[in-house]
Amino acid sequence: MLSRTANNIYWLSRYMERAENLARILEVADRMSKMPNLEGEGHYSEWRSAMIISGCEPLFEESGLPADAVAIVDFIARSEENPSSIYCCIQAARENGRAVRTKLTTEMWETLNDTWLGLEQRWNDAKRRGEIRAFLDWVKERSTLFRGTLYGTMLRDEAYYFSRLGTFLERADNTARILDVKYHVLLPEGEDVGGGVDHYQWMTVLRAVSALRSYHYLYRENPKPWKIAELLVLRREMPRSLISCMGEIVANLEGLAEQYGGRSPSHRLAGKMFSELKFTSAEEVFQGGLHEFLTKFISRNNRLGEDITRDYMFTG
Amino acid sequence: MRISIHHRTVYRYERPIVYTIQSLKQTPQEYAAQTILRWRLRSADGTPMPSFLDSFGNRTHTLVINKPHDVVEILVDGLVETRDSAGVVRGAPEPFPIAAYLRETALTEPDGALKELAEGCRGAADLVGTAHCLMDKIRARIDYRVGATHVETTAAAALAAGYGVCQDHAHAFIACARHLGLPARYVSGYLAAGDGSEVYEASHAWAEIFIPDLGWVGFDPANAICPNQTYVRVATGLDYREAAPVRGLRKGLAEESLDVAVRVIQEAEQQQA
Amino acid sequence: MTEPAFFDEMTLADGAVRPAYKELSDWLTSTPAEQFRLKRREADILFRRLGITFAVYGEGGDPERLIPFDVIPRVLSALEWAYMQKGLEQRVRTLNAFIWDIYHDQEILKAGVVPEALILKNSSYLPEMQGVDPPGGIYSHISGIDMVRVGENDFYVLEDNCRTPSGVSYMLENREVMMRLFPALFSQHRVAPVDEYGDYLVQTLRECAPRHVEGEATVAILTPGIFNSAYFEHSFLADQMGVELVEGQDLFVEGESVFMRTTQGPKQVDVIYRRIDDAFIDPLTFNPESALGVPGLMNVYRAGRITLANGVGAGIADDKAVYTYVPAMVKFYLGEEPILKNVPTYRCADQDSLAYVLDNLAELVVKEVHGSGGYGMLVGPKASQAEREAYAARIKADPSDFIAQPTLALSTCPTHVEEGVAPRHVDFRPFVLSSGASIRMVKGGLTRVALKSGSLVVNSSQGGGTKDTWVLEE
Repeated sequence: MLSRTANNIYWLSRYMERAENLARILEVADRMSKMPNLEGEGHYSEWRSAMIISGCEPLFEESGLPADAVAIVDFIARSEENPSSIYCCIQAARENGRAVRTKLTTEMWETLNDTWLGLEQRWNDAKRRGEIRAFLDWVKERSTLFRGTLYGTMLRDEAYYFSRLGTFLERADNTARILDVKYHVLLPEGEDVGGGVDHYQWMTVLRAVSALRSYHYLYRENPKPWKIAELLVLRREMPRSLISCMGEIVANLEGLAEQYGGRSPSHRLAGKMFSELKFTSAEEVFQGGLHEFLTKFISRNNRLGEDITRDYMFTG
Repeated sequence: MRISIHHRTVYRYERPIVYTIQSLKQTPQEYAAQTILRWRLRSADGTPMPSFLDSFGNRTHTLVINKPHDVVEILVDGLVETRDSAGVVRGAPEPFPIAAYLRETALTEPDGALKELAEGCRGAADLVGTAHCLMDKIRARIDYRVGATHVETTAAAALAAGYGVCQDHAHAFIACARHLGLPARYVSGYLAAGDGSEVYEASHAWAEIFIPDLGWVGFDPANAICPNQTYVRVATGLDYREAAPVRGLRKGLAEESLDVAVRVIQEAEQQQA
Repeated sequence: MTEPAFFDEMTLADGAVRPAYKELSDWLTSTPAEQFRLKRREADILFRRLGITFAVYGEGGDPERLIPFDVIPRVLSALEWAYMQKGLEQRVRTLNAFIWDIYHDQEILKAGVVPEALILKNSSYLPEMQGVDPPGGIYSHISGIDMVRVGENDFYVLEDNCRTPSGVSYMLENREVMMRLFPALFSQHRVAPVDEYGDYLVQTLRECAPRHVEGEATVAILTPGIFNSAYFEHSFLADQMGVELVEGQDLFVEGESVFMRTTQGPKQVDVIYRRIDDAFIDPLTFNPESALGVPGLMNVYRAGRITLANGVGAGIADDKAVYTYVPAMVKFYLGEEPILKNVPTYRCADQDSLAYVLDNLAELVVKEVHGSGGYGMLVGPKASQAEREAYAARIKADPSDFIAQPTLALSTCPTHVEEGVAPRHVDFRPFVLSSGASIRMVKGGLTRVALKSGSLVVNSSQGGGTKDTWVLEE
């Protein structure tokens, strides 16, 4: 397969996953902003977290837009100046898909194309009615539909593996970022820093990765910070945990190795990251510092993405 | 005359680039007035360079470096035996149709001023006379000045500016000659200093026109003389673009600095056998 | 002035239906108009779903457009096809011999059959190609010969396309759609299939692989990218042929070869079916600004280590002044009488012709010698006085850039339009594949139809549509 094709497919999946994650982040920020305001600095901190997670804070500050909820939602959801907005992600996904249209199944292409074609309308409708949540739900739905279509129709060969690699690298990055931004509220018991608002924060983290119900099911108790961290880092049952993402990455690299008859150097890093997660306990993570752990993970995950690009896509 | 040539071209990059490709026309062909005693063209890193003969009969090498690198270095080391033939080129490979040397090219398209200059030489007794007339007029109208023009300067622009380097003189000459219906071409090569000529560039360029009874004859409008034994003829083409010693492209963002060193030396007179 | 009589391919002037159209004519009579409208809508949906669009950027509106498709096929008899096929083979063999000669010893110029200046000063003659030896001596591997018909036995070649003829995907998809829409109609006719085209093309290209290639040659299609108007065709053909569709950035030159970047490392490419113009194919040799091409490709080509289809410089045969010499070329190279006729053409470069053309602009069609796609031409009878005067000024400024032809009475075929079924003017582009070892054609081609009543312009860029073309088996 052409390297460019692999590259397009990989980014197509990454951008769709990113759009979905942005929608979740905005949704949670919106929910939090409607909670009673217990902190001094107001709801802005929630919106600011959303920008930090999506990595667009510096760009937003440069833009000179007013730091209010409406401007921030617009910036993350619709702005064409912010290359990481939902709008730009879906556009980029569609452009990548168009370039390799014959390598996608018809259903995948149609899902992708319809998403792009409906985007503007959905946003305008939501804005007019003041129901941003309806727009965010739609984005999540479209991303889920795309992933499901891909999963259900795509031949299990190299194109599929590159696509899945894109999904899980992006997802791991996103989960790690959400945790990192909230890490100060996830300190182990005994180092409690806040009152009632923390409870909301924990819920926020869980909701942001659609894990609230899973948490209750697995732990059968009210959210406890270190258990939340454990769930999102180390529990394989949890599909958005770091270890689940790494497991999928290793499996898809393995698929490539089988088809190509050999492993590439990126396998080693992926394997190492996966097995470290397997043999680490929540206590160890906290001992070394959750923030330090996540910072290191994010940077290694980035490197893994670069290595995969280098090994198969020869870009640069 | 024996002329030794050392020509070193070095491209340096502030940080590694990932891909370089160059077409090199730096290999002279033999003809009646020029014998190649030794000629080595190589890339300093030892990359093999396949070659072919282009439309004009120039030996063209392709250098590709397909891995991160911050230096490209090309070395020429040659020794050539030359003879004075009053500019007449006999016995050179001539694969290109003579009538096609009448084509205008982007660099040699004549404007009104060039045509007027050319028309001023129409009355000469014969074609050699016409060529000398053109050569003298161009030398008088275009002052020799380094750095004022560049490789993409057209003949018309050089004449309008009134200054240029040997490449511009050659282009203006070619433009005029073609306007008068004379097949003309561009020549790149080397010039060995020390014969008192008024202009001196070790890397040099001049022109040739086709005169039915004589064949191709060289004219060096930058020095207003016909090439003699101090000239080493390397590559020809319709204009600079086809005869350029190097044409290259690279991939990777980095500042480039170019360093060219050319040493062309007349070897001590050999004992005649 | 009387309306010129047009030859209708279905119905003769006396009302008789020509034999090839017998079944079709019955079908047209028995099918209610509403049925055509329905089928046409269905066809549009099929084309959209298959993604058969051509892209028009920079004009506003949907950049992905459909070329109008007419559901009524055009029918050619076995005999008509046999004649055309023989003529096309002869013509394409001649054109390849001509291009070879031009880039080698130029015997035809020396013999004075074609004027030297017309070729050597022509911008379509590429000095860089002098002396290049493409495998099999073939420059135009894929030739699209545009033909028109003016009578029962009167076929003319309108122009030769040796550069990069496009449109073959419409021939294939039109058939596909017709078979889905009207399966019953196919059972009443013995229609020759066209779907071997992809196989023929890949065989032709493999036969032209560089001499050093052992085993099956690796073929790729080189496209300018998704913003090119014919991108759909490029990706369609890659699919049909089972080869990679590459862009310039996917290829690179190293050592003596061209490679494509794949997920398993560099893979050597032997034959490139390129859909990029000469000027953009190699920034190292041609336009240095081109980001579409592959630096150094010409060096490898010249060294005989890659095959480019069509060959670089083949456009010299598309020049409309050169066209006028093709019948003479047939005699010169093959020693045969030309089977296909040229349209009588005035070369404005000739003083006498120029005077005639300027005096009779109102009756003539004038074209730029380097033009294509129907752009930059003057259709005298349809132009206003002011348009003719402006055009005359252009001709006078550079006569050698123009040729003129009489306005041809193009044949008509029954076509479904707003008012119902009505005759509309058509032309025809068959595709000829040459490898040196053999010439291959599928029995069919692209029929273009001028949908506007009375219009003679069939180009899709100017309101033309397409039809399926049926060649009947004996």
